[in-house]
Amino acid sequence: MIRPLLAALLTAAALPASAQTIAITGGTVALGDGSEPIPGGVVIIRNGRIAAAGLNVGIPQGAEMVDARGKWVTPGIVAGFSRLGLSEIDLGGDGTTDDKANGGPFGAAIDIAPAVNPNSSTIPVNRADGITRAIVAPNVAKSIFAGQGAVIDLGADMEPITRARLFQFVELGETGADTAGGSRASAYVLFRNALKEASELRRYGPAISSAREPTEEIDRPIVRNPNESREYEPDARRSEDVLLTRFDAAALVLVLQGRQYLLIHVERARDILNVLNLKRDYPLLKIVLVGASEGWLVADNIAASRVPVIASAVNDLPSSFEQLAATQSNVGRMRDAGVEVSIGMIDDNDTRFLFNERQYAGNLVALENVPGARGVRWGEALAMITSRPAEALGLGRDLGSLAPGRRADVVIWSGDPLQVSSNAEAVFIDGVQQPMDTRQTKLRERYKDLSRGVLPEAYRR
Amino acid sequence: MMKPKGVGSVLAVALLSACAQLTPPPKKAAPVRINQDPYPSTYHRYPGALTVIRGATVFDGEGGRIDGGTVILADGVIQAVGGTDTAVPAGAYEVDGTGKFVTPGVIDVHSHLGDYPSPGTQSLSDGNEATSPVRAEVWAEHSVWPQDPGFSRALMNGGVTALQVLPGSANLFGGRSVTLKNVPARTVQGMKFPGAPYGLKMACGENPKRVYGSKGQMPQTRMGNVAVTRATWIKAQAYKRKWDKYNKNGGDMPERDLAMDTLMGVLAGKIIVHNHCYRADEMAVMIDVAKEFGYKVGTFHHAVESYKIADLLAANGICSAMWADWWGFKMEAYDGIKENIPLVDKAGACAIVHSDDPNGIQRLNQEAAKALADGRRMGLNISDEHAWTWLSYNPAKALGIADKTGSLKTGKMADVVLWNANPFSTYARPERVWIDGALMYFSGNPRLRPVSDFELGQPGEGDVK
Repeated sequence: MIRPLLAALLTAAALPASAQTIAITGGTVALGDGSEPIPGGVVIIRNGRIAAAGLNVGIPQGAEMVDARGKWVTPGIVAGFSRLGLSEIDLGGDGTTDDKANGGPFGAAIDIAPAVNPNSSTIPVNRADGITRAIVAPNVAKSIFAGQGAVIDLGADMEPITRARLFQFVELGETGADTAGGSRASAYVLFRNALKEASELRRYGPAISSAREPTEEIDRPIVRNPNESREYEPDARRSEDVLLTRFDAAALVLVLQGRQYLLIHVERARDILNVLNLKRDYPLLKIVLVGASEGWLVADNIAASRVPVIASAVNDLPSSFEQLAATQSNVGRMRDAGVEVSIGMIDDNDTRFLFNERQYAGNLVALENVPGARGVRWGEALAMITSRPAEALGLGRDLGSLAPGRRADVVIWSGDPLQVSSNAEAVFIDGVQQPMDTRQTKLRERYKDLSRGVLPEAYRR
Repeated sequence: MMKPKGVGSVLAVALLSACAQLTPPPKKAAPVRINQDPYPSTYHRYPGALTVIRGATVFDGEGGRIDGGTVILADGVIQAVGGTDTAVPAGAYEVDGTGKFVTPGVIDVHSHLGDYPSPGTQSLSDGNEATSPVRAEVWAEHSVWPQDPGFSRALMNGGVTALQVLPGSANLFGGRSVTLKNVPARTVQGMKFPGAPYGLKMACGENPKRVYGSKGQMPQTRMGNVAVTRATWIKAQAYKRKWDKYNKNGGDMPERDLAMDTLMGVLAGKIIVHNHCYRADEMAVMIDVAKEFGYKVGTFHHAVESYKIADLLAANGICSAMWADWWGFKMEAYDGIKENIPLVDKAGACAIVHSDDPNGIQRLNQEAAKALADGRRMGLNISDEHAWTWLSYNPAKALGIADKTGSLKTGKMADVVLWNANPFSTYARPERVWIDGALMYFSGNPRLRPVSDFELGQPGEGDVK
């Protein structure tokens, strides 16, 4: 149905993406901003951005036309918390996992960006299922600070990073306690000490403007990474009594100043309150809660703090003592209380099963029909896997919805995307139509007919 | 524990003395029969009303479908399944199924509930006796913690009415599995599915060789896996020969070996082999191992590459228990594809959707829905009602309980789910679940929700979850 048109479009894609105007017409359009879907809507992509979307949208002359009648059109899914691109094989695939460094000396200083492999097979598999962006975090190793995470796109090119070092990720619940030597109390002391060391660096480090000018060009520091700031100057004074490496302390300056988001993973209700209380001592922190399985018990506090939550959608098992109150109604109840909730995948196959996010969102919709349970409306459920995670990290004006000016990450689905039976039929990232082939589709084609051929299966491709 | 054996001995003695008066005493003592069921099920169905569900779409679990169907449950069994003209006895409790769907209860052939329960603390981690690659002597039921809150989630969210709990896959021979009714009980015996045969968990591939290879112990390789497996079957054959001889001729009882007892049960066709195996080439090897030693593989579990040898699996009558879309989390899962389940089905082999996961077991209907959609997308013509065979009848066959449950046929156990929408929709939820005709869950009645001892008095107790 749509395929010939898309094939034609693909041919036209020889043009530079930025020069293209694409009009996707006739589909049920969901903007991803929490609103309900619009039948017979139009989406206009121009120069890699959304030009317009909705009803009564004029179609520019010369636009490439994509017929989406009978289809659904939405922003691409934004994987709310993931380790996408960091691991080709999770277990026993030596050399293919880059989510953490147990043997390395650094924590907060770690920058996950160079570890993201755009050629990892996990990228096309998720892209072919409508994931266009992902929030990618490192895992903790020896420090409660896992390091700095990125937002990536899943485009079929070699430049996956949308925003490097957008946030610092820290564990302050059970995992944090474990990493800190065995108790939550220890984790909090480590946390406070780390910020203290960062603040001292800031105070004592000579400002760039006052630093001596290098005489030789070769000595001149080229600061591309905001972390490679004046704190690295060899004469920056530090106390003798330090736990953090200079790099780790320097990385936390941005967190302390509120120039970098701080994603904190906690589950237990009391741990959530502890995290919210950090803002009393560190008012500039831009905290985002991750996990928060018991969030519903303290939903009003979270809402009052205006701290966003990237929650695990349907986590309903007391799988640890910090999640005794886990319930599928958690997200709905937090949302009802006014918490800004989005859906992530922490501790849930976060390296490769991001395509399950739309299933989870659909399950939250299903809860609306279960007496006593609390789900979310369809439009809000879609927003929780598109615009809400982007907003949580301050990127809501750049991506995650079909509002004008957003990056043109657009998916055409065979039907309602929250139905597991629907599939992505076309995926655009920054306005560029993406290939839909994966290792999996090639394996399927090779083995769908097992009758013996004139040559072995290895020759079929 | 000794009681059944004691009874057997007394009987044998009585027989002997009776014979002694007629003929000279035989030289050998008559064989003592070993009790094959020393931990018998104490499950009894709970009371259920005479119930009629009218007007629902019925998937009967064997591929049949009735629109506007009538299903009648009483005395723990399915009384009738038919159309609007089905005769309904007077006084039945009426359930309006208009716009809803009725299916047999979901059966998960691969669960570790109770053995790896929530909370996942080390003190409750009882799924792998990873102390030797051959641990056929352990029985999963002796690890099952009946208070695992996961059972209730599987019931209320997943419509799961029966499940097989298996030992883990650290070992080549993991031990005996147990099939349970998903009904809360104080003891594991109180959950055991009456009359279900035992299973033997076997494993090939990465896990055994990783667990023991890392200890500098055999097996360290796949060839080591197969060698230890074959050597073990050689022992089992010898053990069986001894016992066959004894059971025929009597005499001195051979020394009992718990591990060999289980393997002898497999060789005798009484215990079903459930073989954890991902890769196609390894499954083919395990099929030949089975032929070499004269047993049958019932089901390959995980089986992510079954699509590559679906013809071979069909020819050998072996089921594949599969995920819809899991892949790549380890090397042997790298070639998983989303059409695995429908391709196995298309080849005429037995396809099963399984979970191996306390979360996945709550959504097996959705996993089947994914596989169904992926199959249709590649052009396979699969009906909804046929796809339900992956969730109930095929699993029941794999567990040897298809004569008792797994489909909505008159006289079978009334293990039934009423869904509030087509269960292949993401938006569908179980509205009511009956097990043996007893209503064990009803979304409209907050009292009809099991809460485990563990959750009692905890934050969120009795929540819908």
